[in-house]
Amino acid sequence: MKYLLALLAGLLLGAAAAAAFIVFNPLVSSSSLSPIEVSRNELLVLNYSGVAEDALAHTNNGESSINPQPSRVQQLWEPAVRQTDVTVTLLSGSRNETVGLGIKFASWSESTQLLSGEAVVDSLWYVYMPGRGSLVVGQRENRFQYLRDIVLPAHWSSSNSWKGQWRGNLTFGPGSLGTGVVVGGSGEFAELDSAAIETLTARAYSAENGPVAAEGQLTIEIPAAVSADSFEEGVVAGDTP
Amino acid sequence: MFKTFVVGLLLGAAAVGGVLYAVPVVNQHREASIISVRTNGGNAEAFYVNIPMDRILLGADGLASPVPPDLAWPDGMLSGELNTELFKLRNARDAVVGVASRIAARGPDQDAIIEWVLHVPARGSAYVTMQPEALEGGYRSGVLRHGTREFQSLSGSMTERWVAQEAGDDSPGDGRIELEVAFVAIGGAEE
Repeated sequence: MKYLLALLAGLLLGAAAAAAFIVFNPLVSSSSLSPIEVSRNELLVLNYSGVAEDALAHTNNGESSINPQPSRVQQLWEPAVRQTDVTVTLLSGSRNETVGLGIKFASWSESTQLLSGEAVVDSLWYVYMPGRGSLVVGQRENRFQYLRDIVLPAHWSSSNSWKGQWRGNLTFGPGSLGTGVVVGGSGEFAELDSAAIETLTARAYSAENGPVAAEGQLTIEIPAAVSADSFEEGVVAGDTP
Repeated sequence: MFKTFVVGLLLGAAAVGGVLYAVPVVNQHREASIISVRTNGGNAEAFYVNIPMDRILLGADGLASPVPPDLAWPDGMLSGELNTELFKLRNARDAVVGVASRIAARGPDQDAIIEWVLHVPARGSAYVTMQPEALEGGYRSGVLRHGTREFQSLSGSMTERWVAQEAGDDSPGDGRIELEVAFVAIGGAEE
């Protein structure tokens, strides 16, 4: 009997240790610097609120901690779209002026591998900027660090919330340097074929309602040939060395 | 007894690792694709949007009846004409397989654009830019500009057509949008 108890205790402790190792795996490091941020090309920076309530519309399966909004928006309850979120939001430039509209489609990916610290989301941004044109950003996101650093602590906290300062690079593909793929559609972006990253800055998260204070940022590399066309001052962030 | 404990410890750790390795954390529901092979190369597939049932969002400046009704659209914040729609996307068996957006816009310094994004979670996304002018028969045609995952290695075209519900119905705005895609592998010949 005591051998059985010892075996059970070992099993439980071993399972807990393995789970803890996966969550706190030191080999899964926070990488906040992307090659785009040190690019010599100009960067188009688009900001948006990471709080669903600030979006024009946000919908999901209705069972997430993030409530669909407006309250009467259709929910994605059908089996094929149950693991999908869609957000329609305003995009702003560096002076906080509205510069466009963004629609983000995001679905949990079957390539998620928690063992290797990958909580993968396949997402696609559609961006329309009045008077300028449209483009899409296709990317794979890794939300493992976001889940580990913010969502889990919020659920473990007695206050059911997390507060702090977290900045992370969500994009990790499909580009070879861990960037997303940008393809232009119309206007001055018609010939655009470039790379982008999406970063998120979070300051507060509620286990019951999702992000409370968070800002997202899409940084799109504009190759020299495209940036030769005039860009509005303030929207293009950098002519970085 | 200590050896038994250590064996249990190793077994427990291995079990967690094995389960996480073998059992998929995410398993997207897949509807069987209904694809036909075209005579001149490539594949054809049809998607549908039933209006108003599948419309998730309809937003535009000064719209009297936005969808959803409590949508607060930012009038005047986006210059020019912009009509934004979000739909559930159905296959030929009328099963929801994804979501789609349709943007129709005309800016002060910009030609009219009509663009679709089809997002099928189990397969990927397709970005299609349409010709603004409708063709004979109420069709509008467009080209696949970009695809992700399953659509990444494809090129081709798409047509959209509005089919109104039969006359006599008391809901004149009801009907459905038919989307027919004809995609071919990049490098393949589409005639």
